[in-house]
Amino acid sequence: MSETFDVTQELDVRGLNCPMPLVKSRKAVNALPVGGVLKVVATDRGSVKDFQAWAKTAKNIELVAQEETEQDGQTLYIHYLKRTS
Amino acid sequence: MTVQEQTTQQSVEALLARIAELEARVEALEQAPAQDIEDRLAMVVFSGDLDKALAAFIIATGAAAMGLEVSMFFTFWGLSVVRKGRAFEGKNVIQKAFGAMLPAGEQSLHLSKMDFFGAGAALMRKIMRDNNVSSLDEMVELAQELGVRMVACEMSRDLLGIRDEELIDGLESGGVATFIGDASRSKVTLFI
Repeated sequence: MSETFDVTQELDVRGLNCPMPLVKSRKAVNALPVGGVLKVVATDRGSVKDFQAWAKTAKNIELVAQEETEQDGQTLYIHYLKRTS
Repeated sequence: MTVQEQTTQQSVEALLARIAELEARVEALEQAPAQDIEDRLAMVVFSGDLDKALAAFIIATGAAAMGLEVSMFFTFWGLSVVRKGRAFEGKNVIQKAFGAMLPAGEQSLHLSKMDFFGAGAALMRKIMRDNNVSSLDEMVELAQELGVRMVACEMSRDLLGIRDEELIDGLESGGVATFIGDASRSKVTLFI
Protein backbone atom coordinates (compact mmCIF):
# COMPACT_ATOMS: atom_id res chain seq x y z
CA MET A 1 0.00 0.00 0.00
CA SER A 2 1.39 3.36 -0.98
CA GLU A 3 0.09 6.09 1.23
CA THR A 4 0.36 9.55 -0.20
CA PHE A 5 -1.59 11.13 2.62
CA ASP A 6 -1.34 11.20 6.39
CA VAL A 7 -4.04 9.55 8.39
CA THR A 8 -5.26 11.99 11.01
CA GLN A 9 -7.47 9.54 12.84
CA GLU A 10 -8.48 5.92 12.71
CA LEU A 11 -11.94 4.51 13.32
CA ASP A 12 -12.68 0.86 13.98
CA VAL A 13 -16.20 -0.16 12.99
CA ARG A 14 -15.50 -3.87 12.63
CA GLY A 15 -18.55 -5.99 13.37
CA LEU A 16 -20.96 -3.09 12.94
CA ASN A 17 -23.70 -3.17 10.37
CA CYS A 18 -25.61 -0.65 8.29
CA PRO A 19 -26.08 2.23 9.09
CA MET A 20 -23.57 2.31 11.95
CA PRO A 21 -20.31 2.52 9.92
CA LEU A 22 -21.74 5.59 8.18
CA VAL A 23 -23.10 7.18 11.35
CA LYS A 24 -19.89 6.69 13.33
CA SER A 25 -17.76 7.94 10.44
CA ARG A 26 -19.87 11.06 10.11
CA LYS A 27 -19.31 11.84 13.77
CA ALA A 28 -15.58 11.22 13.43
CA VAL A 29 -15.33 13.36 10.27
CA ASN A 30 -17.10 16.21 12.05
CA ALA A 31 -14.40 16.09 14.69
CA LEU A 32 -11.59 16.16 12.10
CA PRO A 33 -9.74 19.35 11.23
CA VAL A 34 -10.28 20.53 7.64
CA GLY A 35 -7.89 18.62 5.38
CA GLY A 36 -7.67 15.74 7.85
CA VAL A 37 -8.03 12.14 6.74
CA LEU A 38 -10.07 9.53 8.54
CA LYS A 39 -9.24 5.87 8.11
CA VAL A 40 -12.26 3.63 8.62
CA VAL A 41 -11.86 -0.10 9.11
CA ALA A 42 -15.09 -1.99 8.48
CA THR A 43 -16.28 -5.56 8.01
CA ASP A 44 -19.58 -4.53 6.41
CA ARG A 45 -19.35 -5.38 2.71
CA GLY A 46 -22.07 -2.84 1.89
CA SER A 47 -19.88 -0.07 3.26
CA VAL A 48 -17.83 -0.03 0.02
CA LYS A 49 -20.71 1.31 -2.07
CA ASP A 50 -22.11 3.26 0.86
CA PHE A 51 -18.99 5.31 1.32
CA GLN A 52 -18.78 6.00 -2.41
CA ALA A 53 -22.36 7.26 -2.39
CA TRP A 54 -21.76 9.32 0.73
CA ALA A 55 -18.71 11.03 -0.77
CA LYS A 56 -20.75 11.81 -3.88
CA THR A 57 -23.62 13.28 -1.87
CA ALA A 58 -21.71 15.15 0.81
CA LYS A 59 -20.18 18.48 0.01
CA ASN A 60 -17.25 18.37 2.39
CA ILE A 61 -16.06 14.79 2.04
CA GLU A 62 -13.69 13.23 -0.42
CA LEU A 63 -13.09 9.49 -0.62
CA VAL A 64 -9.33 9.40 -1.12
CA ALA A 65 -8.92 5.64 -1.26
CA GLN A 66 -10.59 2.32 -0.58
CA GLU A 67 -8.97 -1.04 -0.12
CA GLU A 68 -9.70 -4.59 0.90
CA THR A 69 -7.47 -6.81 2.98
CA GLU A 70 -7.78 -10.23 4.54
CA GLN A 71 -7.13 -10.59 8.24
CA ASP A 72 -7.77 -13.69 10.34
CA GLY A 73 -10.02 -15.09 7.62
CA GLN A 74 -12.07 -11.90 7.64
CA THR A 75 -12.29 -9.38 4.84
CA LEU A 76 -11.62 -5.84 5.99
CA TYR A 77 -12.92 -2.91 3.98
CA ILE A 78 -10.81 0.16 4.56
CA HIS A 79 -11.92 3.63 3.57
CA TYR A 80 -9.95 6.87 3.66
CA LEU A 81 -12.09 9.96 3.93
CA LYS A 82 -10.83 13.49 3.71
CA ARG A 83 -12.64 16.44 5.17
CA THR A 84 -12.41 19.16 2.53
CA SER A 85 -14.17 22.01 4.31
CA MET B 1 -31.60 41.99 -53.71
CA THR B 2 -29.96 38.74 -54.69
CA VAL B 3 -31.33 35.38 -53.69
CA GLN B 4 -28.43 34.92 -51.32
CA GLU B 5 -29.07 38.23 -49.52
CA GLN B 6 -32.72 37.29 -49.17
CA THR B 7 -31.97 33.99 -47.46
CA THR B 8 -29.45 35.67 -45.12
CA GLN B 9 -32.05 38.23 -44.10
CA GLN B 10 -34.59 35.51 -43.51
CA SER B 11 -32.29 33.55 -41.24
CA VAL B 12 -31.38 36.73 -39.29
CA GLU B 13 -35.05 37.44 -38.78
CA ALA B 14 -35.65 33.89 -37.65
CA LEU B 15 -32.78 34.20 -35.17
CA LEU B 16 -34.07 37.50 -33.79
CA ALA B 17 -37.52 35.98 -33.32
CA ARG B 18 -35.98 33.04 -31.51
CA ILE B 19 -33.95 35.36 -29.23
CA ALA B 20 -37.06 37.35 -28.38
CA GLU B 21 -38.92 34.16 -27.56
CA LEU B 22 -36.11 32.93 -25.31
CA GLU B 23 -35.87 36.29 -23.54
CA ALA B 24 -39.58 36.07 -22.76
CA ARG B 25 -39.11 32.57 -21.36
CA VAL B 26 -36.16 33.61 -19.18
CA GLU B 27 -38.22 36.48 -17.82
CA ALA B 28 -41.13 34.16 -17.05
CA LEU B 29 -38.82 31.72 -15.28
CA GLU B 30 -37.23 34.48 -13.26
CA GLN B 31 -40.61 35.64 -12.06
CA ALA B 32 -41.81 32.15 -11.11
CA PRO B 33 -41.16 31.18 -7.48
CA ALA B 34 -37.85 29.40 -7.10
CA GLN B 35 -38.06 25.62 -6.79
CA ASP B 36 -35.92 25.20 -3.72
CA ILE B 37 -35.09 21.54 -3.60
CA GLU B 38 -32.69 21.01 -0.75
CA ASP B 39 -30.66 18.16 0.65
CA ARG B 40 -33.59 16.96 2.69
CA LEU B 41 -35.51 13.77 3.29
CA ALA B 42 -39.11 13.76 4.47
CA MET B 43 -40.74 10.53 5.51
CA VAL B 44 -44.17 9.44 6.65
CA VAL B 45 -44.06 6.53 9.07
CA PHE B 46 -47.59 5.13 8.80
CA SER B 47 -46.83 1.53 9.71
CA GLY B 48 -46.42 0.26 13.24
CA ASP B 49 -44.66 -2.93 12.15
CA LEU B 50 -41.25 -3.64 13.62
CA ASP B 51 -39.61 -4.45 10.29
CA LYS B 52 -40.96 -1.36 8.54
CA ALA B 53 -40.01 0.84 11.48
CA LEU B 54 -36.48 -0.54 11.32
CA ALA B 55 -36.26 0.25 7.62
CA ALA B 56 -37.53 3.77 8.32
CA PHE B 57 -34.94 4.39 11.03
CA ILE B 58 -32.05 2.88 9.09
CA ILE B 59 -32.88 5.20 6.18
CA ALA B 60 -33.33 8.19 8.49
CA THR B 61 -30.09 7.74 10.42
CA GLY B 62 -28.14 6.89 7.28
CA ALA B 63 -29.44 9.97 5.49
CA ALA B 64 -28.71 12.17 8.49
CA ALA B 65 -25.18 10.79 8.62
CA MET B 66 -24.78 11.57 4.91
CA GLY B 67 -25.62 15.18 5.65
CA LEU B 68 -29.31 15.35 4.74
CA GLU B 69 -31.82 17.17 6.93
CA VAL B 70 -34.30 14.49 7.90
CA SER B 71 -37.92 14.82 9.00
CA MET B 72 -40.06 11.89 10.12
CA PHE B 73 -43.82 12.14 10.49
CA PHE B 74 -45.47 9.51 12.62
CA THR B 75 -49.11 8.95 11.89
CA PHE B 76 -51.75 6.26 12.62
CA TRP B 77 -50.08 2.93 13.45
CA GLY B 78 -46.70 4.57 13.16
CA LEU B 79 -47.39 6.32 16.46
CA SER B 80 -46.83 2.93 18.14
CA VAL B 81 -43.20 3.14 17.10
CA VAL B 82 -42.63 6.26 19.18
CA ARG B 83 -44.86 5.18 22.04
CA LYS B 84 -43.16 4.38 25.31
CA GLY B 85 -46.02 3.40 27.62
CA ARG B 86 -49.73 3.28 28.28
CA ALA B 87 -52.02 5.65 30.16
CA PHE B 88 -55.73 5.05 30.66
CA GLU B 89 -56.94 7.73 33.04
CA GLY B 90 -59.52 10.12 31.65
CA LYS B 91 -59.96 8.29 28.33
CA ASN B 92 -63.28 7.10 26.93
CA VAL B 93 -63.99 3.41 26.30
CA ILE B 94 -62.89 3.43 22.66
CA GLN B 95 -59.68 5.28 23.47
CA LYS B 96 -58.96 2.85 26.30
CA ALA B 97 -59.50 -0.09 23.96
CA PHE B 98 -57.20 1.43 21.33
CA GLY B 99 -54.66 2.25 23.99
CA ALA B 100 -54.66 -1.32 25.27
CA MET B 101 -54.51 -2.97 21.84
CA LEU B 102 -51.93 -0.76 20.19
CA PRO B 103 -48.34 -1.70 20.86
CA ALA B 104 -46.43 0.57 23.19
CA GLY B 105 -42.71 0.61 22.70
CA GLU B 106 -40.26 -1.35 20.64
CA GLN B 107 -40.61 -4.59 22.56
CA SER B 108 -44.30 -4.93 21.71
CA LEU B 109 -44.09 -4.25 17.97
CA HIS B 110 -44.81 -7.08 15.55
CA LEU B 111 -43.41 -8.12 12.19
CA SER B 112 -45.45 -7.44 9.05
CA LYS B 113 -44.82 -11.03 7.90
CA MET B 114 -44.13 -14.31 9.68
CA ASP B 115 -44.85 -12.83 13.08
CA PHE B 116 -46.59 -15.91 14.54
CA PHE B 117 -48.14 -13.96 17.44
CA GLY B 118 -44.91 -12.23 18.37
CA ALA B 119 -42.58 -15.22 18.11
CA GLY B 120 -41.27 -13.99 14.76
CA ALA B 121 -40.56 -10.54 16.18
CA ALA B 122 -38.74 -12.06 19.16
CA LEU B 123 -36.66 -14.20 16.82
CA MET B 124 -35.90 -11.16 14.67
CA ARG B 125 -34.65 -9.25 17.73
CA LYS B 126 -32.41 -12.17 18.63
CA ILE B 127 -30.99 -12.43 15.09
CA MET B 128 -30.37 -8.69 15.09
CA ARG B 129 -28.50 -8.88 18.40
CA ASP B 130 -26.46 -11.84 17.15
CA ASN B 131 -25.57 -9.95 13.96
CA ASN B 132 -24.70 -6.78 15.83
CA VAL B 133 -27.48 -4.77 14.19
CA SER B 134 -28.67 -1.87 16.35
CA SER B 135 -32.04 -2.33 17.99
CA LEU B 136 -34.92 -0.03 17.14
CA ASP B 137 -34.58 1.75 20.50
CA GLU B 138 -30.93 2.49 19.78
CA MET B 139 -31.82 3.75 16.31
CA VAL B 140 -34.47 6.11 17.66
CA GLU B 141 -31.98 7.49 20.14
CA LEU B 142 -29.36 7.79 17.42
CA ALA B 143 -31.80 9.59 15.12
CA GLN B 144 -32.49 12.14 17.84
CA GLU B 145 -28.79 12.56 18.46
CA LEU B 146 -28.26 13.20 14.73
CA GLY B 147 -30.89 15.93 14.79
CA VAL B 148 -33.66 14.09 12.93
CA ARG B 149 -36.88 16.04 13.24
CA MET B 150 -39.68 13.84 14.57
CA VAL B 151 -43.26 14.95 14.40
CA ALA B 152 -46.30 13.12 15.79
CA CYS B 153 -49.48 13.64 13.80
CA GLU B 154 -51.87 15.50 16.04
CA MET B 155 -55.03 14.27 14.33
CA SER B 156 -54.30 10.53 14.50
CA ARG B 157 -52.91 10.94 18.02
CA ASP B 158 -56.28 12.41 19.02
CA LEU B 159 -58.25 9.71 17.20
CA LEU B 160 -56.34 6.89 18.85
CA GLY B 161 -56.39 8.75 22.15
CA ILE B 162 -52.64 8.64 22.57
CA ARG B 163 -51.43 11.22 25.06
CA ASP B 164 -48.19 13.18 25.04
CA GLU B 165 -46.97 11.34 28.12
CA GLU B 166 -47.31 8.01 26.28
CA LEU B 167 -44.88 9.17 23.57
CA ILE B 168 -41.11 9.39 23.74
CA ASP B 169 -39.54 12.74 24.55
CA GLY B 170 -38.37 15.11 21.87
CA LEU B 171 -41.37 14.74 19.56
CA GLU B 172 -43.01 17.72 17.94
CA SER B 173 -46.71 17.87 17.25
CA GLY B 174 -47.98 18.80 13.82
CA GLY B 175 -50.31 18.18 10.93
CA VAL B 176 -50.23 17.64 7.19
CA ALA B 177 -48.90 21.14 6.52
CA THR B 178 -45.87 20.41 8.66
CA PHE B 179 -45.14 17.38 6.50
CA ILE B 180 -45.81 19.11 3.18
CA GLY B 181 -43.75 22.08 4.32
CA ASP B 182 -40.74 19.81 4.69
CA ALA B 183 -41.60 17.41 1.86
CA SER B 184 -41.93 20.13 -0.76
CA ARG B 185 -38.33 21.13 -0.15
CA SER B 186 -37.02 17.57 -0.01
CA LYS B 187 -35.08 15.66 -2.62
CA VAL B 188 -36.30 12.42 -1.13
CA THR B 189 -39.78 11.67 0.17
CA LEU B 190 -40.94 8.31 1.47
CA PHE B 191 -44.09 6.73 2.81
CA ILE B 192 -43.45 3.72 4.99
